[in-house]
Amino acid sequence: MVIERIEAQLPGAVLERHAFRGDATVTVAGARFLEVVDFVFGEGFQMLVDVTAVDLAIPEYRFEVVYHLLNLASQARLRIKVPVPEGAAQPSLASRFKSADWAEREVFDLFGIPFEGHPNLTRLLMWEDFPGHPLRKDFPLDGGDLFCSQDIGASFAPEARSLNA
Amino acid sequence: MAELNLDDSVMTTRLDSVVNWARKNSLWPLPFGTACCAIEFMSMMASRYDFSRFGAEALRFSPRQSDMLLVLGTVTNKQAPVLRQIYAQMAEPKWVVAVGVCASSGGMYRTYATLQGIDRVVPVDVYVPGCPPRPETMIYGVMELQKKIGRETLSARKEHIERFYRSLARQEELQRARGLSSYQVVREMVLEAGAAGGQQIW
Repeated sequence: MVIERIEAQLPGAVLERHAFRGDATVTVAGARFLEVVDFVFGEGFQMLVDVTAVDLAIPEYRFEVVYHLLNLASQARLRIKVPVPEGAAQPSLASRFKSADWAEREVFDLFGIPFEGHPNLTRLLMWEDFPGHPLRKDFPLDGGDLFCSQDIGASFAPEARSLNA
Repeated sequence: MAELNLDDSVMTTRLDSVVNWARKNSLWPLPFGTACCAIEFMSMMASRYDFSRFGAEALRFSPRQSDMLLVLGTVTNKQAPVLRQIYAQMAEPKWVVAVGVCASSGGMYRTYATLQGIDRVVPVDVYVPGCPPRPETMIYGVMELQKKIGRETLSARKEHIERFYRSLARQEELQRARGLSSYQVVREMVLEAGAAGGQQIW
């Protein structure tokens, strides 16, 4: 199991772990993230399938960036989660994995998490001057559209304007 | 009383009626297919439902060669300026059919990403409900459009289209003046119309 080997090689890096039927997941500290990535790359996890994030909206840390890796030789999969506080930057993996380029741009676009060392950190899905980051929990679902929200009894428009200002 | 002398060989009518008769029976559809309604549209055009019976056989995938815009599916806010440009590029006179609930009102997508009905950015003539509508429903929608074309006057249609061109000029003016992208300008025009109690920007 790759999780045991990470724990043996890099003691203290894994904050939390769980594995159920091939669903191997480790939560690692932000400071040791690159070490863990380099280690598992050597273990054969050489394809970065996806990068995504979760807005947990909890006081300790706001976001969790999630990396999905695949070992092409053994077909094993590994999920790495990294807690990221609001405003903090996450190191980019674009120099290690080509696929990190667009995946990190998407996370930046929708969550507003900056990736340090990314070659071209611009929006991927929304347009360049789009206000706000839509997958954040405090972004109104309808994007502040009056016509959209008036018939459900509550308008989020003023809130959205202040958020987008 | 020339009419009586010439018997059946001459028929007098209004110019509007005869031009509209020609227009409504030779519609050239442009499919703007973005979702599952476009699949139903394929069925509508194919032999079982055979839409060519209604004089709209020649599909054109260029707006320059078509005069009936069929919006088939969900239109996102990012797609809205594209839809406006396609409508602007179509040959005049032109008509728009919003097929399905997504095109008509945003449907189930009440989100920041979805335009809540294409009638907010382009003028719509007929709304076809359904998710997706059956081919019969879409054919009925176009038949209703044909009735509508038969009733309208040439000058009213001209005025209707020119109103859209004025809003497009305003959009381009705002883009230049404020240095915003077309997406953001259309979005702000929609929000501005919404705040003023309106629902459309054209």
